[in-house]
Amino acid sequence: MKQKRPRGNYFTFAFILLAFVLGVEAQRHGYLNFARENPGDIYRLLLQHLQLVFISATIAVALGLSMGIVLTRGFMRRYRETILNLLGICQTVPSLAVIAIAMTYLGIGRKTAIFALVVYSLLPIIRSTVAGIFQVDPALVDAGHGMGMTPRQVLFKVEIPNAMYIILTGIRTAVVINVGTAAMSFLVGGGGLGDLIFSGLAMVDAGLMLAGAVPTACLAIILNWSFERLENLIISPGIPRGE
Amino acid sequence: MIELNRVTKIYPGAAQPAVDSVSLTVPQGEICVFIGPSGCGKTTLMRLINRLIPLTSGSISVDGKDIMTLNPIELRRQIGYVIQQVGLFPHMTVRDNIATVPKLLGWTKAKIDERVDELLGLVNLDPREFRDRYPRQLSGGQAQRIGVARAMAADPTTMLMDEPFGAIDPINREVLQDEFLRIQAKLKKTIIFVTHDINEAIKMGQRVVLLQDGRLVQAGLPDELLNRPANEFVKSFVGSDRVLKRLNLLKVRDAMMLNPVHCLKGDLSEKVLEQMIKCDLAFLIVADRDQKLLGYVNQYDLRGHKGMVGDVVRKLTLTVSPERNLKEALSQMLSYDLGILVAVDEEGHIQGVLNSATLFKLVGATYDERGGHWGRITASGRIL
Repeated sequence: MKQKRPRGNYFTFAFILLAFVLGVEAQRHGYLNFARENPGDIYRLLLQHLQLVFISATIAVALGLSMGIVLTRGFMRRYRETILNLLGICQTVPSLAVIAIAMTYLGIGRKTAIFALVVYSLLPIIRSTVAGIFQVDPALVDAGHGMGMTPRQVLFKVEIPNAMYIILTGIRTAVVINVGTAAMSFLVGGGGLGDLIFSGLAMVDAGLMLAGAVPTACLAIILNWSFERLENLIISPGIPRGE
Repeated sequence: MIELNRVTKIYPGAAQPAVDSVSLTVPQGEICVFIGPSGCGKTTLMRLINRLIPLTSGSISVDGKDIMTLNPIELRRQIGYVIQQVGLFPHMTVRDNIATVPKLLGWTKAKIDERVDELLGLVNLDPREFRDRYPRQLSGGQAQRIGVARAMAADPTTMLMDEPFGAIDPINREVLQDEFLRIQAKLKKTIIFVTHDINEAIKMGQRVVLLQDGRLVQAGLPDELLNRPANEFVKSFVGSDRVLKRLNLLKVRDAMMLNPVHCLKGDLSEKVLEQMIKCDLAFLIVADRDQKLLGYVNQYDLRGHKGMVGDVVRKLTLTVSPERNLKEALSQMLSYDLGILVAVDEEGHIQGVLNSATLFKLVGATYDERGGHWGRITASGRIL
């Protein structure tokens, strides 16, 4: 199982090579001048961006997990489908529109940005929590109850550990998408790397735009990778990794 | 001990009760098998006992305590629970799976570790090899052994088993059944065992309860169900081969003829031959003074032989233990074309003789009392 995949190494190598070639190319066109001259600005905005992502993700995970769990409980049986469908419809609203709508009520600022990000990442987390818990073999739940676990023990000792793989995949998707969406929070005065991207776009300054876009992309990739590591730590080795 | 008194379960909105006024007592230390076609209510009835399904009316008591007066969570921790799908928790090691109930009960780690190893030994799995495995690294048979060990972890007096060996291939099922009976002989739990397999019911149950549409149709010893089915339903359920199924239940000891006619190795051949002709015996068993089986002689060997029978005795290699079941004994007789089978104990002392006549008499059919060319076996002891 712990077999090393040599193909992964080729990909990494190709990726580094590509980044190097692009970097050289960018340098030739003078795209890196802004970044070289203003590392402090990039760093500050990156931190802001990270804050936006982490705060919204924490809230979204807490809310999404609990809402997802509530939806799987027996007493919600009748409303489950309706609620999930409603949330599904909400998800089709473009992220930009969510931010715009949030702004009309909450004004501009970080709060608005975070609110929009939470709303936008809630559905994948709820969905994956519900799907994860529902795919747990009913025999396990029956065995848990039959041996005298309380409903809470069945949830925390049986259902959630066995749903973890799917739940974490949902959270990972939500967070990674959030990194991209967070760039838009600049539009409502929420700060973040979107500042550089949108300014660069407005001023047709590729250097400025890249100074925002490249860190954003790297952040998404690094977060995705960290989550995969985290999954290996959290999920029991007894649970087969589904594809 | 489990007592059911007019136990009834009606699911909300159902026209027919799922379990209809069943009364029943399972004495301490017995395996009681619930059997019936699917939908007969056998699983429902079992799940009423640990309150996984709420009772509609009637009462159930376990070890003298009315289950409705107990907290359902505590009740379930006192009752072992085994299901067909095994239901081992895939994210836990074998050790943690077995430790489920002890952990709920707050045992110390040392006590749990000791108990886990003891239970693994009990179900014939090496603790060192299996303790830290995950369920997906187990075969179906191994998994269900762990399932049984897990149910026994907190040493409950009572166990509920819902088709525990139903998903296991026939060969391993036999092994697991035998192992379980061996464990049960030692531990004497009060067990409710649900199955739809009549052969399993007959093998496992000291008492078999046949259910149909939620009603108890017949309850009794396995042999009673086979021998005296209460009605046409029972008769058709136990199958037209119910006579053959009885062979599984009966031991060689039940069918063998005690004190069979024989001669001693020191007897004179001439005299023995004379008696054999007189009694119309073609063959005769030979023993020593301690009733130890030496073999057999036939008329042909003795004809014209001067001296003792012991000099011409032929070896009789196929014998049977009185504790084997009749089905195995009959199978041996058929595969080696034996007219008789001598039952001997471990030291080789003659216990009795089984032939087709005694066998068929026992299971109900008539047969040539002369028993083929071995002649009539009579319970007259020595021939001389």
